[in-house]
Amino acid sequence: MADNPASADTDDEDAGRRDFLVLAATAMGAIGAASFVWPLIQSMNPSAEVLALSTTEVDLEPIESGQAITIVWQGKPVFVRRRTAAEIATAKKDDSADLRDPQTDAERAEKPEWLVLIGLCTHLGCIPLGQKATDPKGEYGGWFCPCHGSHYDTSGRIRRGPAPTNLPVPPYAYLEDNKILIG
Amino acid sequence: MSTDSQWKNPVIRWVDDRLPIFTYLDHEYQQFPMPKNLNYFWNFGALASIVLVVMVVTGIMLAMQYTPHVDYAFDSVERIMRDVNYGWLLRYIHMNGGSMFFIVVYIHIFRGLYYGSYKAPRELLWMLGVAILLLMMATAFLGYVLPWGQMSYWGATVITKMFSAIPFIGDWIVTLLWGGFSVDNATLNRFFSLHYLMPFVLFGLVGMHVVALHVTKSNNPDGVEMNGPQDSVPFHPYFTAKDAVGTGFFLIFFAYFVFFAPNFFGEADNYIEANPLQTPAHIVPEWYFLPFYAILRSVTVDFWFISAKLMGVILMFGATMILFVLPWLDTSKVRSARYRPIYKFVFWIFLADCVMLGWVGGQLPEGIPLIMGQVGTVYYFAHFVIVLPVLGWIEKPLPLPTSISEPVTGGGGGAAPGATAAKMEKP
Repeated sequence: MADNPASADTDDEDAGRRDFLVLAATAMGAIGAASFVWPLIQSMNPSAEVLALSTTEVDLEPIESGQAITIVWQGKPVFVRRRTAAEIATAKKDDSADLRDPQTDAERAEKPEWLVLIGLCTHLGCIPLGQKATDPKGEYGGWFCPCHGSHYDTSGRIRRGPAPTNLPVPPYAYLEDNKILIG
Repeated sequence: MSTDSQWKNPVIRWVDDRLPIFTYLDHEYQQFPMPKNLNYFWNFGALASIVLVVMVVTGIMLAMQYTPHVDYAFDSVERIMRDVNYGWLLRYIHMNGGSMFFIVVYIHIFRGLYYGSYKAPRELLWMLGVAILLLMMATAFLGYVLPWGQMSYWGATVITKMFSAIPFIGDWIVTLLWGGFSVDNATLNRFFSLHYLMPFVLFGLVGMHVVALHVTKSNNPDGVEMNGPQDSVPFHPYFTAKDAVGTGFFLIFFAYFVFFAPNFFGEADNYIEANPLQTPAHIVPEWYFLPFYAILRSVTVDFWFISAKLMGVILMFGATMILFVLPWLDTSKVRSARYRPIYKFVFWIFLADCVMLGWVGGQLPEGIPLIMGQVGTVYYFAHFVIVLPVLGWIEKPLPLPTSISEPVTGGGGGAAPGATAAKMEKP
């Protein structure tokens, strides 16, 4: 701010009063501006009808052993894999392997037969291959991300490649024996 | 490169030596001399720029939620109202903001008319203002089409159809505007694109309006130029404070409509989705277009070789266009109506005429309202092409004060008011 020569020869009491007025007015202006900006920013958050779609029900009945399906939850692919006995055994055996993001298979699958994962590579968000029978499944028999070569095991844990963490398990609950609710 | 910079802060100084933005702001918004006799009518330029910013900000947020497609536009607006967080608030601010913009700008314009702000040397400043008004009208019209209600659709149809009055190429132009054979998806898409573009063009024009204002300085209620520093006060803090007070009251007024009467300025029919097979029984434009709409409909007979339809369109556009030449139609050398006894009276008649035309624009064009509209239209143009030029010759103005200070200090003039003013300048 430029110096205001007029203020130099006024007494301290006036200066104090003026400072108070300036501060009070500025503070009220700032509060007003903030309360205008708040709804503007909030409007960019998920809207009511988007939030209403935040859960997805999955019927597990038609999935055969060794088969996997991909369903959409909150716009993201969710892998649901019915693991074979051999896959479960490998996953449990590797609980003690040298893991980048250590987690036991039991922590990741409530019922060992069913593995539910968010199907987005934790590196930069590509969808790993391995859902179809013909897909490459990577060196550990789980999933392989074609973008930057991350290998996931049969528990969806990161084993090799640039991804930092395991494929995350979304929140889900068994509604019945053969039905889950994701979200 | 300047070395005697007034800035002590080395960063500000470094920037200012290369791009004198701080010096500019200090010069134009801090030290800038304002006539010290301005009344609250001089708030409305600042208020208009505040509304423009509010409209742009809320508009950008709304555009993030809106879908410009005939199948989704109406539903996306309803989604904004029901599902989007604070969507109702954004839309009601934007919707009523349009009306607020015109209220503020119309007061700003009539202020200019009353105090003769359009006269030399402020002609170009005035003309830029008229260009801003025209662009605002176009923007408001385009925006009104976007919710794709019945009034949107039929308003768009009627307004674009006006161009068909142009001889020979009219129909070709209308098809070009529509991008089809009726107002349809292509029309909605281009209207959305242009509605988003126009405010930024407006910003450019407003910038030029402000630059022109800062060359000629503000007019004032006495309409005499500032003679020197004794007639002025610096913009800050005097007019930042005065504008802030006005802004406070204006925002309360604005908020009243947003929160308590959000559809006061709107038409219920626009909450019915556009139906190309059914015209609403009574279509009216938004209130700020009503006087022009009345002029359009008041022409019911052909003028020689000009059809009534074409004449109506010419007069409607002419009603705004004539403002461009107002500085040369008003032959009086005296600016302010304070010192023009007859013009002061004529001004209120003209204002009443505009209000009457506004009322007529909302009525069915038949019987008494039609006649009132025709009389009002004739007077509207007569005010500019007959009354104002003649008044400059026959009116005997009151004696003008020798300075801005004189009327305040009781006609002392000369050094005395200057001395008083200098003393009063100390805060």
